[in-house]
Amino acid sequence: MKHSVKMTINGQTQSHEVEPRLLLVHYIRETVGLTGTHVGCDTSQCGACTILMNGQAVKACTVFTVQAEGAKITTIEGLAKNGELHPIQQGFWEKHGLQCGFCTPGMILAAHQLLERYPKPSEDQIRHQLEGNLCRCTGYHNIVKAIQWASENMAGAKAGVK
Amino acid sequence: MATATDARLFGKSIKRREDPRFITGKGHYTDDLKLAGMTYAAFVRSPHAHAKIRKIDVAKATAHPGVVAIFTGKDMTGVNSLPCGWLLPDLKVPPHPPLAVDTARYVGDPVAIVIAESQDAALDAAEKVKVDWDVRPSVTATGKAADKGAAQIHEVAPSNVAFTWQIGDAAATDAAFKSAPVVVKKRIVNQRLVANAMEPRACVARYEDATGDLTLWVTSQNPHVHRLLMTAFVLGIPEHKVRVIAPDVGGGFGSKIFLYNEETVCSWATRRIKRPIRWTSTRREAFQTDAQGRDHVTDVELALSREGKILGLRVKTVANLGAYLSTFAPAVPTYLYGTLLNGVYEMGAIHADVTGVFTNTTPVDAYRGAGRPEAAYLIERIIEAGAAALKMDVLELRRKNFIPKFADGYQTKVALNYDSGNYGAALDKLLTVLDYKKFRAEQEVSRKQGKLVGIGFSTYIEACSIAPSKVVGSLGAQAGLYESGIVRVHPTGKVTVLTGSHSHGQGHETTFSQLVADELGVPIDDVDIVHGDTGAIAFGMGTYGSRSASVGGTAIHMSIEKIKEKGKKIAAHLLEASPKDMEYVNGQFQVKGFPGKAVPFGQVALTAYVPHNYPEGLEPGLEETSFYDPSNFCFPFGAHACVVEVDRDTGKVKVLRYIAVDDVGNVINPMIVDGMVHGGVAQGIGQALWEGAVYEDGSGQLVTGTMMDYALPKADMLPMYETDRTVTPTLVNPLGIKGAGETGTIAATPAVVNAVIDALRPLGVDHIETMPLSPERVWKTIQAARPAGAASQKR
Repeated sequence: MKHSVKMTINGQTQSHEVEPRLLLVHYIRETVGLTGTHVGCDTSQCGACTILMNGQAVKACTVFTVQAEGAKITTIEGLAKNGELHPIQQGFWEKHGLQCGFCTPGMILAAHQLLERYPKPSEDQIRHQLEGNLCRCTGYHNIVKAIQWASENMAGAKAGVK
Repeated sequence: MATATDARLFGKSIKRREDPRFITGKGHYTDDLKLAGMTYAAFVRSPHAHAKIRKIDVAKATAHPGVVAIFTGKDMTGVNSLPCGWLLPDLKVPPHPPLAVDTARYVGDPVAIVIAESQDAALDAAEKVKVDWDVRPSVTATGKAADKGAAQIHEVAPSNVAFTWQIGDAAATDAAFKSAPVVVKKRIVNQRLVANAMEPRACVARYEDATGDLTLWVTSQNPHVHRLLMTAFVLGIPEHKVRVIAPDVGGGFGSKIFLYNEETVCSWATRRIKRPIRWTSTRREAFQTDAQGRDHVTDVELALSREGKILGLRVKTVANLGAYLSTFAPAVPTYLYGTLLNGVYEMGAIHADVTGVFTNTTPVDAYRGAGRPEAAYLIERIIEAGAAALKMDVLELRRKNFIPKFADGYQTKVALNYDSGNYGAALDKLLTVLDYKKFRAEQEVSRKQGKLVGIGFSTYIEACSIAPSKVVGSLGAQAGLYESGIVRVHPTGKVTVLTGSHSHGQGHETTFSQLVADELGVPIDDVDIVHGDTGAIAFGMGTYGSRSASVGGTAIHMSIEKIKEKGKKIAAHLLEASPKDMEYVNGQFQVKGFPGKAVPFGQVALTAYVPHNYPEGLEPGLEETSFYDPSNFCFPFGAHACVVEVDRDTGKVKVLRYIAVDDVGNVINPMIVDGMVHGGVAQGIGQALWEGAVYEDGSGQLVTGTMMDYALPKADMLPMYETDRTVTPTLVNPLGIKGAGETGTIAATPAVVNAVIDALRPLGVDHIETMPLSPERVWKTIQAARPAGAASQKR
């Protein structure tokens, strides 16, 4: 038995008939076709599927699609505006905050909420807030640097998506 | 950002050219691919560590809505065993069918594939496949596999022994031990690890019956190797009708080198159903089926003179290979391990004896470092144990035994000939960052306050830039280990470079472009790097063993040299000069010393494709292919230090400082090399403190089978790393590059464990047999040590 859902993803309205068990991450990847949101585990540990749902960083593997009814969702594809990278994206590029790139979309969106909570985060705050996102390539050093870079470059400019 | 016109790019930390697609979610990973008519696969796997298959009933599953086909091992007639690509003398090679036919030998061993119109339908139907299992006793522990009465896993391997292998001089080593005044002996367990690349393995297989072409997209570190093994050895289909594409790959760390069951079965099945099939591993499946790493149990002895000279090293290792021989499994605990036991020290004599055993566990193969971390861990642990026995400082003992600086070869006692080294210099540099005397003084104060603070070192060496084909061939490799590089100059002077190596995070598109832009004197934006597609690239051996820049880069360099030679002929013709009077400077071919008498690169390129005014007998076109086969391995080395504090009450270890000084030869992009060191060190710390695959005795279940149970390092568990370098270029290749992908992992584990032991030393602890040094293990060690520990250590 399928349910109809309607939500906004990166500013575009999406409406589909979905099975109640369909996870939001699979809806985003397979139904909507936005493959920047990744699946790295099946126990909600890795955070590669992190998206923004109504402004909150959420692991899209822990949400059923039907629960996102009416939600406003931003995926990695929706973060850059008019071809301008978001300062967090820019920070990951500047500071070599990625290697294989697989965890990166989730890291960037987790960092997005992190910087909303703590616009000037300490290193400890960054590390603690990233607890739900795993990276196997960088040893996190340059991810911390990337977020620090973003923090410095977001000051003044009111960046962010709601 | 620097551009080519500024100056040389070799040595500059330019930003990565591949990053824009990754930070915007536009990477193309295998699981992102969707083809018309796509079907989806799920595998039915053994829930038992060892069980005979009495019967597989697929009737209910076949009737499940959306199911396209179900195949079991019995359906795969005419399909060969998954091959082992490294054959040791007398190696027992048991059959390894892509789908188990009669017996499943580890939890996760696949027995059937279910293919359906949707992923959900495939998974649902897979639940309905009924396997009648006859469960047998299993053995998983490395040290018990060859015991009398242990479950027998393969008919061809009595006592589960796959091979016995030795290296070094047994008689000389025995003699050294007989007369040695000081002997230190330890049992050292190098626990099993799971690679855990963030992208799970995946494949898409598409057969087109109109042409007979098969395309396989697969998460591979070496697509040509995948194609060769699968076509020539397993499926018996023509290699030239198969194209293997490894698109963006989300990390590998060794685990994506090997030919696995799943892509083989999908490639076979797509020819049967004539529709594309996609399979993506869940993380649970990844834990159960990605080749795992390490898993040695070793007894090691070090013989010392009273003055601290190393007289002998004796090693006896049992290496767990898992249930089957993975593609390169036999090489890891032998030629990538035993040959590194000389470390950076002059040793009187060495002998190592290795037994490889089968168990009812996931196959074991190369994981970042592969054999070399096991060797470095052994040496760097036993040398610190030796220092304790002699009551000598750990650095003094090391310095007494360092091989003196050399530029062109050092013959070890275990076959290898090191290329170049300056081991003391790396340690000297480390000590400019770390005030060792001050640390020891502060440590004394901390200890008096009851704090458990320690420092550990690792002055490691490794062998990479893999590898000279003739040498590895004589040692059992069934492949050459050269690399190819094609440089294609287009008529407009733009350049496409095709490499047989593969990036799954290493940044080839950046570093190789730096190399090419420099050598050709063209803007970096005029250079494109192509990798990971057998349809585009002549051949290649892929990326592992820290070989891309040194071996792959040299192949590219050789092609550029050929381009220049041909360009000189074309330019000389245009200038009515002699080719031997030409030189290539700043992007133009000129008469030596006469920049005014020159033809720019672009004009030469155009002339090569529009050869109206052209040298007699010279072929048109400007494209060159080279295969570079190195004459030797390269040997990066370095000195790492780790400072830790152990919480007495909880056993928790906190890494306070981590300092890495590495010598990887010349460096193309320091930012990228530093990044690889960071990640490698994190994995090494992970092994030392948290990671470990645990199989339950009896049931043979992988207890640490999810990311909830297997402790991967998280951001808040790790420090910022302090990195630096010394540069001792290799003479093995013209670029002077040694290799940087694995040093961190190789060096870090012993540095961390040595630091923890140093911290616990006041309690009377001088060794912990098994890693990880988890809070539980450290706490238990502290509890066990306390009664024997000095009373003065009470708080």
